[in-house]
Amino acid sequence: MATVTFDHVYKRFPGDVVAVNDLNLQVADGEFLVLVGPSGCGKTTALRCVAGLETISDGELSIGDQVVNDVAPKDRDIAMVFQSYALYPHMSVYDNMAFGLKLRKMSKTDIDARVREAAGILGLDRYLDRKPKALSGGQRQRVALGRAIVREPKVFLMDEPLSNLDAKLRVQTRAEIARIHRRLGTTIVYVTHDQVEAMTMGDRIAVMKDGLLQQIGTPEELYTHPANLFVAGFIGSPAMNFVTVTTAGGELMMGETKLSLGGEPARVAAAQTPGKNLTIGFRPEHLVLANGSDGQAMRFPAVVDVVEYLGNEELIHARAEGNDIVALLPSDRKVKAGDNVELAVPLDRLFVFDPETEKALVS
Amino acid sequence: MTDKLITAAIVVVGVPGVLIGYIWATEQVLRILPERRRPAIRPWLWLAPALAFLALFLVYPMIGTILRSFQDSLGKTFVGLDNFFWFFGSADALSALKNNLLWLIFLTLFVVGFGLLVAVLVDKVKYESFAKSVIFVPLAISMVAAGVIWLYMYQYKPPGAVQTGTLNAAVGVAGLGPIPWLQIEDFSVNTFMLIIVMAWMWTGFAMVIISAALKGINPELMEAARMDGATEWQVFRGIVFPLLVPTLVVVSTTMIITALKAFDVVFTMTSGNLNTNVIANEMYAEMFKFGQYGRASAIAVVLLLAIIPIMFFNIGRFRAQEAVR
Repeated sequence: MATVTFDHVYKRFPGDVVAVNDLNLQVADGEFLVLVGPSGCGKTTALRCVAGLETISDGELSIGDQVVNDVAPKDRDIAMVFQSYALYPHMSVYDNMAFGLKLRKMSKTDIDARVREAAGILGLDRYLDRKPKALSGGQRQRVALGRAIVREPKVFLMDEPLSNLDAKLRVQTRAEIARIHRRLGTTIVYVTHDQVEAMTMGDRIAVMKDGLLQQIGTPEELYTHPANLFVAGFIGSPAMNFVTVTTAGGELMMGETKLSLGGEPARVAAAQTPGKNLTIGFRPEHLVLANGSDGQAMRFPAVVDVVEYLGNEELIHARAEGNDIVALLPSDRKVKAGDNVELAVPLDRLFVFDPETEKALVS
Repeated sequence: MTDKLITAAIVVVGVPGVLIGYIWATEQVLRILPERRRPAIRPWLWLAPALAFLALFLVYPMIGTILRSFQDSLGKTFVGLDNFFWFFGSADALSALKNNLLWLIFLTLFVVGFGLLVAVLVDKVKYESFAKSVIFVPLAISMVAAGVIWLYMYQYKPPGAVQTGTLNAAVGVAGLGPIPWLQIEDFSVNTFMLIIVMAWMWTGFAMVIISAALKGINPELMEAARMDGATEWQVFRGIVFPLLVPTLVVVSTTMIITALKAFDVVFTMTSGNLNTNVIANEMYAEMFKFGQYGRASAIAVVLLLAIIPIMFFNIGRFRAQEAVR
């Protein structure tokens, strides 16, 4: 087991592409860290740098106490689970898992013990003689995990390991990986584009965009205190609503609607130069139908566009002063398309961002 | 001149015309049939011309050859298995058979070995396509031309004379030689010299096919092996090579067939003299030099029988590979 440390790491590709831009990040020993971001954000490249499959252009990358900039992948003692699983097609499940151990010149009995133990954990006992082609997607995925587990490496790297599974299997395997992590306690760096995976699995989440680290923190920190517009919009499902408002003479205007703010958001708004725009964010699950009595809330009128019934809840798509608003309401509210409603957000649930720097002013 | 142009014009316009006309005619015929039977019949109608040509120019001559192999030199009387007894009793024919065995083993080894080596080595260099083109070019040369080129390569002048042969010139620079490459019968050195010519031609073929198979291997497999702790050699031994085996088998069987049919290079370079003869050349000599139609046909039949099992094996492999896809 070991820590993984990125110290001002850069990865540049020919043609002025900076895939990883000044990444500083420390993964603690035994931590489950998720690298998340949209495709092309550099998360997979960062992972491949740890694996040694890409050489870093600048900076220092350490595993444990060892700087590994010039260490070949085979000498880094880390295991990787690939998106395509990358199972050796000409080998049985057993041999797939034993390959790395054989290369380490481990004794036959030790290899056998480790492979059978991993197969037990993953429920693969019955398939050890099969070739990968004769397995289902979920089984292949578990063989790929098994191949990593038997090695007992310092660090596990996982590159979107669930993206080729169907929705139900994905939820199952998600729990399985979390269970394996608890059992083995090995450091895991996990790459995904799916913020739900990130939120449910990670001890901490590092959000990346365009090669830059946006924010790192626990799932709760990212949800309650996003550092900027991108993180606010990326974390949470359905995504956060954003509306642009203008400061005018101590008032906040959303189009023609005057917004009444109090507390921290109001103080921040008052501190702005008049005429400056601000972006206000609020999550769909924090919107309620205003009932007139809640003073500690920002209220605005909206016209309901579409109602999506989800069972316990309804997803309301509404328009307010030209902004698209999504609200998650209990389904007993009986809102219908075309209704005029007044929506309210509790003041302590409001986020305020500077639209120019995209940084959070209140979160 | 005008005649030729007219002929050319007739061919250029006529051949596609006949083709289109044939397809049109088959569709007319198909209209008579009930609709649900048409899909079953249509492919046969389209195949019919090709099958007719194959029957006329391949099957019919083959049957004729087999018949003739049991007849005397003039093709008048049946002589039973005499021609085959002659073949397996003749020192010349057996020497040719032995040489063919050398061809079969070493041409296949050289071509597959070098093809694999080049395919793997050029796989990751920037000038890959250039290097591959250079290696592939000899395949485009006619075998007779290749024979002539290599006659110059191997050319031998008596000691003291200026060595115009490329190899002897090179050996001369090192202070050795000259060596009469094509005249050394010990250890079949001259036959090996001929095999090298053929290997030079066919290495490009093997390289292209192996290279394509190599590109078809998911690079993540090699990365996974590296992460598992494999050195580059272990990646090749443990992952790449096993995945290339089906392709190597197909290339090998193709080369075995090529070796059994070897003729042009031998004919142009040594005419089969000095113990370099091969079966195909022996057949040619019996047929056109000695007028022994029966014997020549018997040799052809032996060659055919030798190739058939390999062909079936090759087709089997090919089908198995297609099924995997």
